[in-house]
Amino acid sequence: MNHLAEIRKDIDSYWKRLSSGGKSVVQLMEICGTHTVAISRGGLRSLLPEGLRLVSGPGCPVCVTEQSYMDAAVHLSGISDVIIATYGDMVRVPGSSGSLEQARCDGANVEIVYAAHNAVELARNRPDKQVVFLAIGFETTAPATALAIRQARDEGVTNFSALTAHKLVTPAMRVLLSQTDVRIDGFLCPGHVSVITGWREYKPIAEQFDKPCVVAGFDDEQILAGISEILRQLADDAPSACSVYPAVSADGNPQAKQVIKETFDVTDARWRALGVIPSSGLVLKGEFTNFDTARRFDLPEFETVEPPGCRCGDVICGRCLPTDCPMFGGQCTPREPVGPCMVSSEGSCAAYYKYGTKR
Amino acid sequence: MNQSKKILLAHGGGGQLTAELIAEVILPAIGGQDASSLNDAATVAVGGGQVVFTTDSYVVQPLEFPGGDIGKLSVCGTINDLAVSGAKPVALSMALILEEGLEVSLLCRILTSAGQAAKDAGVTIVTGDTKVVERGKGQPGITINTAGVGVPLAGANLGFERVEEGDAVLLSGPLGQHGLAVMARRGGLGVAAARKGHYVSLQSDCAAIHGLTSAMIETLGSKVKWMRDPTRGGLAATLAELSAATGRNIEIRETDIPLDPTAHAVAEMLGLDLLNVANEGKLVAVIASDAAEKAVEILADHEIARSSAVIGTVGQSDDVPLVEMLTHAGGRRIVQTPYGQDLPRIC
Repeated sequence: MNHLAEIRKDIDSYWKRLSSGGKSVVQLMEICGTHTVAISRGGLRSLLPEGLRLVSGPGCPVCVTEQSYMDAAVHLSGISDVIIATYGDMVRVPGSSGSLEQARCDGANVEIVYAAHNAVELARNRPDKQVVFLAIGFETTAPATALAIRQARDEGVTNFSALTAHKLVTPAMRVLLSQTDVRIDGFLCPGHVSVITGWREYKPIAEQFDKPCVVAGFDDEQILAGISEILRQLADDAPSACSVYPAVSADGNPQAKQVIKETFDVTDARWRALGVIPSSGLVLKGEFTNFDTARRFDLPEFETVEPPGCRCGDVICGRCLPTDCPMFGGQCTPREPVGPCMVSSEGSCAAYYKYGTKR
Repeated sequence: MNQSKKILLAHGGGGQLTAELIAEVILPAIGGQDASSLNDAATVAVGGGQVVFTTDSYVVQPLEFPGGDIGKLSVCGTINDLAVSGAKPVALSMALILEEGLEVSLLCRILTSAGQAAKDAGVTIVTGDTKVVERGKGQPGITINTAGVGVPLAGANLGFERVEEGDAVLLSGPLGQHGLAVMARRGGLGVAAARKGHYVSLQSDCAAIHGLTSAMIETLGSKVKWMRDPTRGGLAATLAELSAATGRNIEIRETDIPLDPTAHAVAEMLGLDLLNVANEGKLVAVIASDAAEKAVEILADHEIARSSAVIGTVGQSDDVPLVEMLTHAGGRRIVQTPYGQDLPRIC
């Protein structure tokens, strides 16, 4: 029997133990958008026992970014000497007055970069322009932003700045567990984020809330191994934090954590659907404020207006599945997205639509 | 499509938006035929005989990339459109739109490469045109349009209507090499990926495939039922088109799809689905099931198609026909035309 078959057998046997103990429904949350996509792409739901539900969490960087941030980015793109440098995922996200893709059609300079340091290079090559880098994402992308800002400072690239909205994963997990209307029996913890933070980061949550927190990698086998480990912990009534992903150590990447610490302060941050979460965001330290877009430009206040009827907020909190949203596949499609979860390549709605919908 | 809308980059991605632009704007405006009868190339009656005619424009950036350049691409791409239409490519035209300031040495390299590709393919570039546009007013560097004519191969009998339940779906090699090689070079990904040892060998698959198509038709004749080169939109768009046009379900098996480990690693890193990434030297063919094994043998005789494989089967007619993939893990998922072009993810 190959490894995959063994894991599936384990899942079935843990499930039998749980069922005979009276548990007929178990709901697990995969926090990371990359997991959400991999689960859909691998058709993994079809392999799980009925009653074992997987719901998405707030782990798609684009999806947790507030509409007001998009509005600020679109506003900045309208300034004639500004070049917006962004990860590709962001260009199609609708703000209240259109997306960056539409702004580009109307003449705005919007360039897709694959890494933060590419935005610094862009600024160096275009000294006549202000390059604004859209710095979003979790512990995964924050070190790259930190290094880019340090590079810009060290090399005197003064026409570079970052519109930062970096977020931290565990404060959002705590908020979700404190909500009474979301059922979470265990977390499939993100692989990429945990490479930086280490799996021990989840230990206090596992202990305080009695929930399994298992870090998994991204191929089918690793994801199923993560689910299997969560079910084992539930069946043994022994919730804990651990990793089944060999790339993740207990304490993560000390250099990356250090550069985050030396570049950013932890601050309260506003999340789409979750509101303000204390100590869940990163803001540039005083010595780097010259590189903070929000300080360099006089930005108007943008109101947070969620698109009416859009249930992205419920989707990323595990309150519903994408297919439960009345707009899914009708008013809201990848072609004409209403909410960010249908746009991002890591978005839950996009994954459900792309891999699981009859047109 | 709303007339007040503007053209988005995604309209050129080969996905749903491209199809919509053609069907709802371009064809009605020029008074052309209906979109369902459009193919990669058209067969035209000329003087008692028939010629197959096609055209394509090339705007790839960067102009040179691992495994090819815009010159080679402009020759191979047009040859391939003729090839999958069951034609033997004969002659090409080449129109150049050059940007003021383009280095002549770069132009020379690109044209030498185009010339060599044509020579290797046994095709002549017989006519052309040159224009120069003001710096910054067009595509950076160089845009190339090529048109090609060919003659139908004896025994070729291709068409959606010939596809039947039980036919085999063949693929001539691993997916995604072209799109990823270009994307990696464009995004300056070389450094990051090279550290992991992947970038060095990631090459575009840019190649002329008429040797593959003619060999199959010569030996198998009408057992070869339909062919395509899965360029923009990748294998997903090609199979979705096949399914929609034939009204039949198609099932493919992930474990049977040839894999380039380097392309796979880069796609994983960027969060892209290999099924959606462009190829420039691959063939997808529908073959009668009793000839499938032989077809794989014929393809695998060619250097560019060594890892050819039967990757799936044509299924029954269905009101809502679908392409489904049996995944590595044993699960099932749907394969469909991407919306525009997949964008790399954030983390």
